[in-house]
Amino acid sequence: MNGTQAAGALLQVEDLRVAFAADGREIRAVDGLSYQVDAGRTLAIIGESGSGKTVGCRALMGLLPASAEVSGSARLRGTEMIGLSDSELRRHRGQDMAMIFQDPARSLNPTMRVGVQITEAIRAHRKVARSEAHVQAVELLRLVRIPAPERRFHEYPHQLSGGMRQRIMIAMALACRPKLLIADEATTALDVTTQAQIMELLLDLQAELGMALILISHDLGLAASYADEVIVMYAGKIVEQAPATRLFGAGGTVKMRYTRALLDAIPHLERTAHTELPVVSGRPPDPTALPAGCSFAPRCPAAADDCAAKTPPLTEHAPGHRWACWHPCENGVPA
Amino acid sequence: MSAEATPAEPLLSARDLVQEFVVRERGGGRSGVVQAVSGVSFDVMAGETLGIVGETGSGKSTLARAVLQAPRPKAGTVVFRGTDLTRLRGGQLLQARRHMQFVFQDPFGSLDPKWRVRSIVEEPLTAYRSGNRDARRKRVDELLDLVGLDPARYARRHPRELSGGQAQRVAIARALALSPSLIICDEAVSSLDVLIQAQVLNLFEQLRRELNLSYLFIAHDLALVKQVSDRVAVMYLGKLCEVGPGELVYKTPLHPYTKALLDSIPSTEPGAARATATLRGEPPSPVNPPSGCRFRTRCPRAADQCAAEVPQPRELAPGHLVACHFPLTGGAPPGAAAAAQHAASALPGTAKAQG
Repeated sequence: MNGTQAAGALLQVEDLRVAFAADGREIRAVDGLSYQVDAGRTLAIIGESGSGKTVGCRALMGLLPASAEVSGSARLRGTEMIGLSDSELRRHRGQDMAMIFQDPARSLNPTMRVGVQITEAIRAHRKVARSEAHVQAVELLRLVRIPAPERRFHEYPHQLSGGMRQRIMIAMALACRPKLLIADEATTALDVTTQAQIMELLLDLQAELGMALILISHDLGLAASYADEVIVMYAGKIVEQAPATRLFGAGGTVKMRYTRALLDAIPHLERTAHTELPVVSGRPPDPTALPAGCSFAPRCPAAADDCAAKTPPLTEHAPGHRWACWHPCENGVPA
Repeated sequence: MSAEATPAEPLLSARDLVQEFVVRERGGGRSGVVQAVSGVSFDVMAGETLGIVGETGSGKSTLARAVLQAPRPKAGTVVFRGTDLTRLRGGQLLQARRHMQFVFQDPFGSLDPKWRVRSIVEEPLTAYRSGNRDARRKRVDELLDLVGLDPARYARRHPRELSGGQAQRVAIARALALSPSLIICDEAVSSLDVLIQAQVLNLFEQLRRELNLSYLFIAHDLALVKQVSDRVAVMYLGKLCEVGPGELVYKTPLHPYTKALLDSIPSTEPGAARATATLRGEPPSPVNPPSGCRFRTRCPRAADQCAAEVPQPRELAPGHLVACHFPLTGGAPPGAAAAAQHAASALPGTAKAQG
């Protein structure tokens, strides 16, 4: 790669590819992903199950099984992350980047007090005395606004609610003040009121610590409400990318029909009860047998002959707005 | 449908339902009783969908199971098609229950992985000895067609050969096998991707129209519930705080909790300000619920009366009931500003006390 890295980009991902072998066939889970995230900004990566949104982020954390073939480039603060050994990666995890997951109950050790688990996270990355780590752990509990942190320190995960457990996970992720935090469906399992609290906490912490945030989610509403920039993925590829304000709202200009379909399929409070939701038929393609041309073409209401013939490239058609479609929507609505 | 002047008999009528669970401490000693459902009453008319929304632990699933008599509620009555299910035993209960079917959240968890789709859908017919083998076979084909699965392609598959959406369609086909009049959906589309979710929601609507089904539709997603429901009930810590026609509940919520839930939904309108976390803290433990109104510890409008008296449901608009001493429309509480301030200062303390 020769230096086309934009100034200020904290994370620069270029042509990232992840493939798995299954029964002799190749699954291209991530197929040429390129994007960048600046410090202090929030990027949402949206897609259905199997679109590659999680695999792409796990690749840069080095959290994929050894059977995964990863290629391409992901530079964090100028350092290449792809191809690093486990011990080299460990230096970056926690310090530079951290990740939180959907199910905090499964990420926490049920037999250990939560405070001890946070202390362990601190001591795994920094040489500090146990007593000092204890002080820092309580400080972290306070940072994620857990009431009575001294008492909570000694509790077990089962004594905490889902929202509290997710706060513990955030505290652990922030132990070494990472520059990039990846939240993979981190609020999906939570109730709406708790989700709102956790999102507010994440944004506050982001402002406080100057972190970049990547939100991986299936929820376009979450992206519209909290992200600066939105990437929509389908079958391992980015199909549309734009600032949130450009995609959503009254003057929203969604170009990709898949994004449009996702938006239309969400039940809205404004919609009258019992009205039929606009749907696209079918389901995402089999990742071992992707169709030729545009992957969405078999389900697309506007598919034409050229869609199956050539793959539409992801091109920046308007400032900051990239899409990969031969027949995009006009002014955000299907033509 | 019968005329408005003579209100028809409801299909399902629950009155003062109570469901309790014993909480045991280490060693098995009784340490308390959780009233997961505490005096809940509601009706579902024929062809109507009643939505029930609430957060985790609000008791909405327990309520659904109490209706189904699995397990039997501690107190209260469930009148379904004119018979009180709580008084029925054995075979009689089994016969009454065939008209009431359940669709659960996780389709793979509710389908036997070793069975083929045909056997899964046929099982209720066999269990209730409905028709002979040929008739049942034909019925299974009909049912699969009805839920949009081609019998020729899917009848011989195992659940693992289905996608989540397809598996949920199989679960729906099984629920429809005995031509029920009521389907209880407990988070039935919550685990599906949004495009598949829309397909299944449309299927529910199509079945409602074609088969005149009633639904008890339970979900935590408010927008989802609005989409399918004629009336919506909001549940908090085992009690209904508000019931009314969907449009009214969402447009002019009367209970502060309903308002808070609505305010928490992320919107796809970025201009319309990001979702504001209006509720602080978390629901208190159901083992030891607050006195009076159970929502008062998190309520911005709470006053002394809320701690002293349990608010009873009141009908403030036709069909729109609320259980709140100081509902959002229909008169401000006495000294509303002072009360709000009082509540705000009390909040951090209560949040800590609940732990």
